[in-house]
Amino acid sequence: MTALETEDQIEVRDGVDRETIETVQAMAGKYKYGWETSIETEYAPKGLNEDIVRLISEKNGEPEWMLEWRLAAYRRWLQMEEPRWAMLNYPEIDYQDQYYYAKPKSMAVKPKSLDEVDPKLLATYEKLGIPLKEQMLLAGVEGADEPRKVAVDAVFDSVSVGTTFKEELKKAGVIFCSISEAIREYPDLVKKYLGSVVPQSDNFFATLNCAVFSDGSFVYIPEGTRCPMELSTYFRINAENTGQFERTLIVADKGSYVSYLEGCTAPKRDTHQLHAAVVEIVVLDDAEVKYSTVQNWYPGDEEGRGGIYNFVTKRADCRGARSKVMWTQVETGSAITWKYPSCILRGDDSQGEFYSIAIANNAQQADTGTKMVHLGKNTKSRIVSKGISAGRAQNTYRGLVSMHPKALNSRNYTQCDSLLIGDKCGAHTVPYIEVKNNSSRVEHEATTSKVDDDQLFYCRSRGMDEEEAVALVVNGFCKEVLQALPMEFAMEAQSLVAISLEGSVG
Amino acid sequence: MAVAEAKRNAAEARLSALALPQGGWTGVARAEALARLRAMGLPGRRDEYWRYTDPATLVQAEAAHAALFDPQDEPMVFTSFDRVKVVFVDGVFDPAQSDDLEAAGVELLSRQTADIHWAQSLYGVLETRGQTPVQRPLAALNTAAATEGVLIRVTGKAAKPVSLIYLHKSETSDAILHHCVKLEEGAELTLLENGPAAARFNKVLEVEVADGARFHHIRTQGRDHERRAVTHIFARLGRESLFKSFTLTANGVLTRNEAVIELTGDDAVAHVAGAAVGDGDFHHDDTVFVTHAAERCESRQVFKKVLKNGAVGVFQGKILVKPGAQKTDGYQISQSLLLDDHSQFLAKPELEIYADDVKCSHGSTSGAIDETALYYLRSRGVPLRQAQSLLVLAFLAEAIQEIEDEALAEDIRSRLESWLARHGQ
Repeated sequence: MTALETEDQIEVRDGVDRETIETVQAMAGKYKYGWETSIETEYAPKGLNEDIVRLISEKNGEPEWMLEWRLAAYRRWLQMEEPRWAMLNYPEIDYQDQYYYAKPKSMAVKPKSLDEVDPKLLATYEKLGIPLKEQMLLAGVEGADEPRKVAVDAVFDSVSVGTTFKEELKKAGVIFCSISEAIREYPDLVKKYLGSVVPQSDNFFATLNCAVFSDGSFVYIPEGTRCPMELSTYFRINAENTGQFERTLIVADKGSYVSYLEGCTAPKRDTHQLHAAVVEIVVLDDAEVKYSTVQNWYPGDEEGRGGIYNFVTKRADCRGARSKVMWTQVETGSAITWKYPSCILRGDDSQGEFYSIAIANNAQQADTGTKMVHLGKNTKSRIVSKGISAGRAQNTYRGLVSMHPKALNSRNYTQCDSLLIGDKCGAHTVPYIEVKNNSSRVEHEATTSKVDDDQLFYCRSRGMDEEEAVALVVNGFCKEVLQALPMEFAMEAQSLVAISLEGSVG
Repeated sequence: MAVAEAKRNAAEARLSALALPQGGWTGVARAEALARLRAMGLPGRRDEYWRYTDPATLVQAEAAHAALFDPQDEPMVFTSFDRVKVVFVDGVFDPAQSDDLEAAGVELLSRQTADIHWAQSLYGVLETRGQTPVQRPLAALNTAAATEGVLIRVTGKAAKPVSLIYLHKSETSDAILHHCVKLEEGAELTLLENGPAAARFNKVLEVEVADGARFHHIRTQGRDHERRAVTHIFARLGRESLFKSFTLTANGVLTRNEAVIELTGDDAVAHVAGAAVGDGDFHHDDTVFVTHAAERCESRQVFKKVLKNGAVGVFQGKILVKPGAQKTDGYQISQSLLLDDHSQFLAKPELEIYADDVKCSHGSTSGAIDETALYYLRSRGVPLRQAQSLLVLAFLAEAIQEIEDEALAEDIRSRLESWLARHGQ
């Protein structure tokens, strides 16, 4: 307990440390996660080739079939071209100039419990406001005014460093562990579902991820189970010149429910770093999955130096009848965001929802949106996207709503609103709408406007300074999406909205 | 790069089937267009800009066969209007059926062979501007290869509308027409177009609307069921000018109408509207690109499609607001009414905005006839077919309202009604 005894000043409440919120407020205007932890790191050699893929597989102690799967993806990737259709402008990425595997040295031998984890690592997560040690803290205080619990899986550079609440989840039959562990412990489940939503050949970045993903989270909620707590993953890129490629696989069996939270940060650096993740969600009959993301990778400085290149493939397959998935995302970080969380509405009466706030300030560029593919009868989808551009940033909503001929009596409603702050930024909307039957109804609305002068004037006349006023108006603009977030995230997201827009007015 | 090569090969194959006009005042513009086309190649299925429409039959070297329509099938439009008639049969000017062009100030492209002409500032110029940011190779092909077209320069208010009538007599005709219209400061003109033109028709219309000028354009495309057409309108608008274009499309296997409008003077207004009705083998594509490059301009795009028996409607619309184009008011609506389960509506309504003090919105909907509205009408004693027809007309009304001249709007309405009656609606 040596590492953790010193941390008793931290108050755990509702899954997010009070400190997190306070730090966010206190450090408004600065990227508060910009520090770097000096932890000895073990790297694989720079560059990408079959040997690196083999090395990653070996380091994770993977079975042969997994290595073959990775190599097949790698060979495929070599044949693919990087997509350039997004409204993103960035220099050529040198894929050989990256480290594809970085691991804190202290993790070379897997710790058996959190106690054995390098204290520096835990301190890092503490700084991030992630209550990794909740497990201990809560061990003796169950009952009474127990805060709502959140189980956390933390991924540091390429490796999962700890998962909390494992025992308690196990009791409920829920499997929540790192994906590397799942490949070893639950090969049948992984074999059955891995790549079944986002296949190896899906797209350039997803295929790259298939080849080199080093860790990530795996969740299985058994039939009829309501996951007793919210699950959460925190991703942190620490090492320099390192790409992070994590892979998340969530399987919600019949009639189950889970709410999953994801957060991400990275240190400030002058060079760009690559992040290409894949999230696959399988939702069976009557099951429901809520997936919430607060993406706060380092966005780069005012001049656009540094920042994360974020190329993410997220897709949920509503395989079962009456299944439901809800994506909520707050995208405030990254220099480049390329991300389209999608729903395949295969089961009859299945539902997909997408709520998004994307904020781009300074030199950030975001091209994000969703795909709603209606295949089953009576399927419903709803898209609410709020894009905010400030500084010299470019923010694009790109989405697809597709009603297949057999998706009878289906329904979609899409609302995309863009807000521009300043005359040097851009806001774009690129929706694709494909309707192939007549009993379905599709509605799409989009507006673009600027922050309302009257509202600003009202706030200012009540004594708020201009930045506070803008933050308030913008939070109002995003209200519908903020409301869709779990409470833990909603507060943090609100502060993030204010921080992200810092320096955009005046 | 096999794709790029295939596109260039398609261009060469197409060019080899054409006799390219040389020399004269269009010589330089044609040579440049040819170079552009050779560099771009012709569009293919994998081009993002042709995502929803297969350009194969527009691109192939020879026009596909198109049966002629039965004259009893559909009445002609605009017949009761006092107008200057310019008749083209399969893309060839027909003096016998046309009015006196000289008196009306209308010139023919084929007859202007001198080395200098006023239309030099237009021919291929607006088309070239329209090649970025999206390539339009079929328009470059037109500039390079057009053999005929009208050149109209208007000062003041034109006495009569100019009416371009396109007749189709040959089942394999392949017509390429290129028109240039220049409205000088404060001028006003109404341009009418109708008829199927040819088995395959490639048309470009370049329009310069100077400060304070007003241009009205009403066209119908249809009659022949098997015809194919690709048309481009390139327009540039000056200060306080007005541009209004309306198109009714009925029939035709394949129609791709592109409109590329650039608002370059402050306070200009551009409205582009279209109503399309399709039954069966009908693929209709409206592709509109409106660029706001000046302050306080207004643009409206209103596109409505009624589709049945497997007809496909496509809408690709874009509002681009350039940096500094403050106080822009941009509006875009694309809607489809699918009358059965076999028809499709594919839309990509885009906004690209680089100025903050703007009001831009777009909407797109697709669905069936509103059952409650139908029920209401039927409960008032309106027979089913008539009730359906009423609702379809009501659905299309917003597009037809974009026609300023009430008599012309009425002519279009009656044309639509007769189409609906013949197609069981």
